[in-house]
Amino acid sequence: MKVKVISRNPDEYLRETKLQIHKVQRNYDPNLHPFEAAREYVRALNAVKLEKVFAKPFLGSLDGHRDGVSSIAKHPKRLSLLISGAFDGEVRVWDIPQKTCLRDFVAHDGIVRGIVYTISGDHFITVGDDKTIKTWKSLIPQFGEEEEPVNTILSKTVVSGISHHRKKPIFATSGEVCQLWEETRNEPLRTVEWGVDSLHDITFNPVEGNILASCASDRSIILYDMREKYPLRKVVMKLRTNKLCWNPMEPYIFTTANEDYNLYTFDTRNLKQPTNVHVDHVGAVTYVDYAPTGKEFVSGSYDKTVRIFESEKGHSREIYHTKRMQRLTCVLWSLDNKYIMSGSDEMNIRIWKARASEKLGPLKPRERAALRYSDTLKEKYASHPQIKRIARHRQVPKHIYNAQKELRTIKDKSKKKEANRRAHSKAGEVPYVPERQKHVLKEQQ
Amino acid sequence: MGKQTVRYFKKDESIENTEEKSPKKDVLTFDVTRVKKKPWGRRVEDRKISKDKKKVKQKSNPNPKFKGKVKVPEELIEKYSKGEGVDSKGIKTSVHRKRIEKKEKNVKFAIEQAAKTEVLLTECSGFLEADSGETTTQFTQKQIVQNVDISAAAKHFDLRLNFGSYRAKYTRNGRHLLIGGRMGHVAAFDWVTKKLHCEMNVMESVHDISWLHIETMFAVAQKSWVYIYDNQGIELHCIKRLNKVSRMEFLPYHFLLASCSDEGYLSWLDISIGQIVGQYNTHLGRLSVLTQNPWNATLCLGHAKGVVSFWSPTAREPLAKMLCHKAPILGIHVDPSGTYMATSASNRELKIWDVRKLDGPVQEYKLIQAANHLNFSQKRMLALGMGNVVEVYRDCCATAAKRAYLRHRFVTPISNFSFCPYEDVLGVGTASGFTSLLVPGSGEPNFDTLEANPFQSKSQRREAEVKSLLEKVQPEMITLDPTAIADVDIPTLRDKVEAKKNLLYLKPPRINYEPRNKAKGKGGTVKIARNKKIVQEEAKKEFVKKKMELMQEDETIESSKPQKPVHVLDRFLPKVKKK
Repeated sequence: MKVKVISRNPDEYLRETKLQIHKVQRNYDPNLHPFEAAREYVRALNAVKLEKVFAKPFLGSLDGHRDGVSSIAKHPKRLSLLISGAFDGEVRVWDIPQKTCLRDFVAHDGIVRGIVYTISGDHFITVGDDKTIKTWKSLIPQFGEEEEPVNTILSKTVVSGISHHRKKPIFATSGEVCQLWEETRNEPLRTVEWGVDSLHDITFNPVEGNILASCASDRSIILYDMREKYPLRKVVMKLRTNKLCWNPMEPYIFTTANEDYNLYTFDTRNLKQPTNVHVDHVGAVTYVDYAPTGKEFVSGSYDKTVRIFESEKGHSREIYHTKRMQRLTCVLWSLDNKYIMSGSDEMNIRIWKARASEKLGPLKPRERAALRYSDTLKEKYASHPQIKRIARHRQVPKHIYNAQKELRTIKDKSKKKEANRRAHSKAGEVPYVPERQKHVLKEQQ
Repeated sequence: MGKQTVRYFKKDESIENTEEKSPKKDVLTFDVTRVKKKPWGRRVEDRKISKDKKKVKQKSNPNPKFKGKVKVPEELIEKYSKGEGVDSKGIKTSVHRKRIEKKEKNVKFAIEQAAKTEVLLTECSGFLEADSGETTTQFTQKQIVQNVDISAAAKHFDLRLNFGSYRAKYTRNGRHLLIGGRMGHVAAFDWVTKKLHCEMNVMESVHDISWLHIETMFAVAQKSWVYIYDNQGIELHCIKRLNKVSRMEFLPYHFLLASCSDEGYLSWLDISIGQIVGQYNTHLGRLSVLTQNPWNATLCLGHAKGVVSFWSPTAREPLAKMLCHKAPILGIHVDPSGTYMATSASNRELKIWDVRKLDGPVQEYKLIQAANHLNFSQKRMLALGMGNVVEVYRDCCATAAKRAYLRHRFVTPISNFSFCPYEDVLGVGTASGFTSLLVPGSGEPNFDTLEANPFQSKSQRREAEVKSLLEKVQPEMITLDPTAIADVDIPTLRDKVEAKKNLLYLKPPRINYEPRNKAKGKGGTVKIARNKKIVQEEAKKEFVKKKMELMQEDETIESSKPQKPVHVLDRFLPKVKKK
């Protein structure tokens, strides 16, 4: 007779001293872990609820401006610095973590139209409504020293926007014409125009440094190549484009903020129609900025909200709003991909988290593992109706809610009308036009 | 340019042409056409790479001594398998196909990893082997106890108690034992260290006892109501809504205390919120045979007509009914994996069923004596209680067992028994007390600390309680197939199609036209009757039109099959009239 009975030595299963952690035995036998799917589902549901509990995106505001914020710029190398310009010509330099103003001075007569840092970040250039382009030192002047620009260029034409080359000491301004400047020279390198009254925004492509894009007041978007004599291409939209931003990861893709409440993502290789239409705003979109990863972008709108879009998706994944925030003039995505800065009409700059429920600060390994696990669960059970509902739900201000409802009825109405027309006319007379083709009038070159 | 996509670094003729025409200005110009750049986008390169990949041949093993990765045995993969997965062939878009394929790959990897952890398990299960000429059945408890080590021998003990027939239950981690005598004696203790938590006499008849989710609380079904006590014997609750309860079962993942009563009621009490989730009259007479299916948390009731019914708190009617025997059912039990169900009836039959398919019987046995009690162990050994004899069978589900693995005879009749989880122990309650028997090889040797830990400390217990409460599965999710929540929701599509089909056979709606009372002289019975007819006709027309449309839709789907090629001379054929 051979016999053996389970007999466990407690020493092998218990910790020796209280200073040690508890011993953990695992056995992954599925019979010992019943209801795997159901329990995972419950965990996913809890995770998605907790995400909502922790969704507190607003971090703080920078107040001090005496007029609406007209433009802001991020430092190319330092995360804590931010410059903002206001409608009264004042420029302020902010320390974001301290939420303090380091420096303030009046830079221009009238509105500050644009601010950019130079490549190294030790100077910044502002343009204003007084037709001047001023270069300032980033260093705070010593006690007793006056705030004076290092260099002032008096442009012959109105200047309404500025963009700096990513690698070369070259910047471009928009206005009546598009001008290219060298940092050390007072005359533009080149001037390009294409029969347009005025350009209100210009942006360098961060990867393909020779490419420039600008938005014109005749509802068009114009592409330039620094090496060519003439502009490359022009796309005319149905309504005006307010702001344009290049995807920092995919050099041929850019997204535009349009007056018709939508954002359009274009592929420069085929400008006939946008590759994506991003809807959700209920007011003119005034500003757009890409995340440094190129996967997402943030947009600010005249409807007093900030929305975050995934660059491949047509609808926003997040909406930020506060009771006091007024119409947005500019939004920026910080270079560490964690924060969003928004400047608005009511003189404040607000700082938000890019992911509303993210925990700031260092994470312990176990915490990180737990968060990752819950993220995976959320993804796995995302299509379950209850989880989907909780994850999608956003409380929006009443005016947004009403506007959304109104827009929906308008859309339904026009759809119905089109369907009626189609039903009562010859087959093929009223064609189906995809949404992407509706908003572009023509492409010129 | 037309439809051709334009790349900036390609030589663009149209731009060149404009250059020639326009007067020259002194502007910096670069001749871009000479700079050879790679085309934008990586598609071309990717295609090239993927082409090259196909050409690469697998090299033969350079070192035949080293055979590479050890393959995980098939049966282990089978054990940890999570089902067959999604077939990617039916997915049309390549993006989604790739996504699904990647997911499947991850699942496969996880299964393999889980199977590989098997080698890390520290303990091995017990066994009892007979020499040639001997059978395991002949070994008595005395002999077994003499041949095992001291700590294991201490697990065999006998409690002589004289408060009627005893019922006994172990906690989920197998550490604590609760016994209740018919005449009111209730005791809870740590049976390994023999430390008593509480002992009392409730001064009423005790019908059943049950641990709740942790060892600090237990429920006792007394003469008329169910009471909940803590581990010091203090009465926490008296649940008067659970009346004349005969048997109780606790569903640990749902925090439900299920009970059946003498009056034919079945009820589920959610002990985390103290509410009754479902209470139904089964209309099946007195209920005294109750067990839970640990795989899907449904309750199995055995009835006097030989029927076994399966219940969930969401449905007033049983989820399923099985006619198992032609005599009253005496005992049911479902094995921990939820695969097999054993039923015994008063006509001395014992049957093993495949409970996942609700199919069977897999095995049929005819016993010498009717088995009043059944219990499966974690390693799928089956204990039968027949009068005052306990028999344990090994490998009796998939194959037919020839003889009992162990047998033990008591002086007094057996009233209840259960295998202790994670131990080779069978606790038997008899009319004269409680006996703990050693059954080598019945328990799972390796426990999972995060699931059920016999060596749990107080702080660990508290943490586990909070965690398990957070993960409480809702009672609505108790169904026959618990994995349904992770499945693709195909039936709804089928339902949609069915619903559409049903629509075609609908009758036109009846319209009860009630005319408004118009001003005098404007109407008249004739007009009203005419209007009524018009309205009804119109509604009918509308309905028929819609129906026809639906029919045509279906037809177009059918007619979209490839048709005969059209010949040039077909135009001279007589035209086929359209319907």
